[in-house]
Amino acid sequence: MSATTAHPPTAESTERVRSMLTAAHPGRKRVDRTMTVLVWGAFALAMVPLISLLWTVTSNGIGRISMDFLTLSMRNIFGGDPTGGIYHAIMGTLIITGLATLISVPIGVLTAIYLVEYGRGALARSVTFFVDVMTGIPSIVAGLFAVALFTLILGPAARFGLIGAVALSVLMIPVVVRSCEEMLKLVPNELREAAYALGVPKWLTIVKVVLRTSVAGLTTGVLLAIARVIGETAPLLVAVGVTDSINTNPFEGRMMTLPVFAYRQYSQGLATCPGGESATCIPDIALQNAWGAALVLIVLVLLLNIIGRLVNRWFSPKLR
Amino acid sequence: MAQRIDVKDLNIYYGDFLAVQDITMTIEPKSVTALIGPSGCGKSTFLRTLNRMHEVIPNARVEGTVEMEGVDLYGSDVDPVAVRRNVGMVFQRPNPFPTMSIRDNVLAGVKLNNKRISKADADDMVESSLHGANLWNEVKDRLEKPGSGLSGGQQQRLCIARAIAVKPQVLLMDEPCSALDPISTIAIEDLIGELKSEYTIVIVTHNMQQAARVSDRTAFFNIAGTGKPGKLIEMDETSTIFSSPSEKSTEDYVSGRFG
Amino acid sequence: MTDSPPRARARATRRRGSDRGFNRVFRWIAVGSGVLILAVLAAVALFLLWQAWPALTAGSDELATAVPRYPEDTSFVAYVGPLVFGTLLAAILALAIATPLAIGIALFISHYAPRRLSQVLGYLVDLLAAVPSVIYGLWGFFVLAPFVVPIWSWLNEYLGWFPLFAGEASPTGRVLATVAIVLAVMILPIITAVSREVFLQTPKLHEEAALALGATRWELVRTAVLPFGRSGIISAAMLGLGRALGETMAVLMILSPGFLYSFHILDSAQHQTIAAYIALDFPEASGLAVNTLIATGLVLFVITLAVNMGARAIVARRKEFSGAN
Ligand SMILES: Nc1ncnc2c1ncn2[C@@H]1O[C@H](COP(=O)(O)OP(=O)(O)OP(=O)(O)O)[C@@H](O)[C@H]1O
Ligand SMILES: [Mg+2]
Repeated sequence: MSATTAHPPTAESTERVRSMLTAAHPGRKRVDRTMTVLVWGAFALAMVPLISLLWTVTSNGIGRISMDFLTLSMRNIFGGDPTGGIYHAIMGTLIITGLATLISVPIGVLTAIYLVEYGRGALARSVTFFVDVMTGIPSIVAGLFAVALFTLILGPAARFGLIGAVALSVLMIPVVVRSCEEMLKLVPNELREAAYALGVPKWLTIVKVVLRTSVAGLTTGVLLAIARVIGETAPLLVAVGVTDSINTNPFEGRMMTLPVFAYRQYSQGLATCPGGESATCIPDIALQNAWGAALVLIVLVLLLNIIGRLVNRWFSPKLR
Repeated sequence: MAQRIDVKDLNIYYGDFLAVQDITMTIEPKSVTALIGPSGCGKSTFLRTLNRMHEVIPNARVEGTVEMEGVDLYGSDVDPVAVRRNVGMVFQRPNPFPTMSIRDNVLAGVKLNNKRISKADADDMVESSLHGANLWNEVKDRLEKPGSGLSGGQQQRLCIARAIAVKPQVLLMDEPCSALDPISTIAIEDLIGELKSEYTIVIVTHNMQQAARVSDRTAFFNIAGTGKPGKLIEMDETSTIFSSPSEKSTEDYVSGRFG
Repeated sequence: MTDSPPRARARATRRRGSDRGFNRVFRWIAVGSGVLILAVLAAVALFLLWQAWPALTAGSDELATAVPRYPEDTSFVAYVGPLVFGTLLAAILALAIATPLAIGIALFISHYAPRRLSQVLGYLVDLLAAVPSVIYGLWGFFVLAPFVVPIWSWLNEYLGWFPLFAGEASPTGRVLATVAIVLAVMILPIITAVSREVFLQTPKLHEEAALALGATRWELVRTAVLPFGRSGIISAAMLGLGRALGETMAVLMILSPGFLYSFHILDSAQHQTIAAYIALDFPEASGLAVNTLIATGLVLFVITLAVNMGARAIVARRKEFSGAN
């Protein structure tokens, strides 16, 4: 390697290059720094409501949580009586959400399979399009739809759990389709081709290779979809009505659910206690109930979210 | 507008992994320097340290100095953004901005530095850069069409036009022809021959004939085995490297008897 | 395969035949569920229309007697008008607050936050989407509304010349401006999540191209990331707008309702949204009142449909310049 060169740097060229490389662009630097601050600020700002909300729900709700609160219903509870609970609402939420899941998951997963594995042409395009449109259906409209559907079958004023489950399904199906579609698309084409090359027919390839590879992702998608609808209030308010008693039959009679319970207790406002506040009469018991139910609901939702993410993280094969 | 680069005792790391070890070399101004060597020996890695693109990768870092006309590019008062502005780069795969028209692609770098450029100046700059990249005649009628609509070879020349529009001191090219057909390759090689009158050019290539055709000096990198760092084996006039290299491994590599 | 003995070939054909049968069945099940989705959507529209029909064809006298709070001598259109206005105003305000913030957050997670943390920080934002709307209602009523009262009255006092801040600031904070903030928080995670995904998909090639031209981080974002993500941002905002239009509980619990065409977002008893109106009256409604509420629901459905389709058209028009290549 020759150390001698034809063009050694001169003091003049060094100075020129130095000024070039250290050239300050104060305007550009300032913009860059400002945007960095704004971007960090946007995130910080978004955390304010989250923290405030979690703190409010926890601090207001924790005092109401007790064994009684979780295992009793509101049957025959009036005014400021603090002995009622949310058992009927928990059961209602589990049953209605469970039914909605039973309806939505097969339809949603199969549609996702259709879109990813078979979807060509006009039909696939319109399914994709209308799934997008369906994600935009307001939840109250889904409730009205379910009511209208069952009014056609059973006449007006029918209110029972299944109607709510149908309403939730309308909201849940597009979410399931979308997230499952994403998960199926993550399965690399080489895997499918490898199976075809071994002479495995397409349907078996889908069941044994594609679904098996993506099962963790699909589970996550379903759990997140459940978390998304479990807190729905408006459609259940119009489709299932309210009750103070335990009803575990989704095919007959009104049912209570946690979010609707929280709303009803909130709108009850303060109770009148003739003898002032006492152990048997607490004026703001309805609000305490609302916060208690909200806390239980938020814990449920957070658990679903966390489990969903952990499933994906722990069980999904490493594709990338 | 061409500067010389002196690399001294350069070690290049990805996290704890030493990818390239102890490089010392001089890159002459207004000449084409070719970097050759087997895959994985760190040619791209080394090239990217010359415009501080290496540090864009998380945990990537360097030790040693890279001096342009005696100024250390890694000095504390040097702005990496200014380095990249003065050391242009053309990538292996053509990468015009797909959302921009051909014209805006050429102006992309210019507009960063000078937002208030007049339309006439901008037009001049687009035309001269595209002329410089031998692309003007092919695209002059569709400057407002997206750059992604061009052929691969045209896209690569568009990227060269974009790189030279900011008037850099040095132009780095990482296998600029490997994604192109022979005709486009020749077009780009001709272009490199023209550009060297104004720029210092460093080109990575796997094509021995290409290195022999376009470069004035050639540096041969090699690697002792996987997980070992890449090293500069020797650097000399291209004709010397290809006819009578001083190292046996260089001779094996350039004659195709490698490995 | 071509020169195998006849018997083996026959066996192979038979097996292939039954596979083909399974293939067909499986295929039809998959296609069927796709078609079912189209059917469900059509059913939603049809049943709503069918149940809304009595209200849409009834005279204004009939409606006025059957529906509580129905103003005398008004057509159905004049009756839903203020509700549509309130719905749009709330949603647009929410979108105006949420979109820039969401883009910022998405950029933070994709390009600014320390890499190790960015996934966890992303989950934190997603948690905002997980919170049920009834809880937003509680929070908005008990925490946010009291908190913003002084801010709103300050805005009203010093910036009252601006039409949105005119009128009389409500002392309870149960006004459309507060609702818009809550709605913005609610749609923030959706817009963020979608934009973040597109930002993360920005090809490395293009980012490096920008950096190699000497772009600062913000200039990298501006030249490579934002243009690449533009149609993604639009569809994200569209999703957010859809949610904001249909959001019920937060509005129902926070807003003190009114039925005016009013831009006074700091004033109470001015606005109501369709969704909240339905949820408020539906449980007690019967007869023609139910049909009327379903008819207003149909209006909401049509609006969200129009918003969705309009935004799709925008996305489609930008296809030529999209990042996919
Ligand atoms: N982003 C990265 N992170 C960690 N290690 C990397 C990274 N990029 C490259 N390496 C490693 O650095 C070494 C040199 O890689 P480099 O890409 O520079 O080789 P190259 O000579 O350009 O090869 P090729 O001729 O195939 O392009 C290799 O061992 C490679 O695995
Ligand atoms: Mg390389």
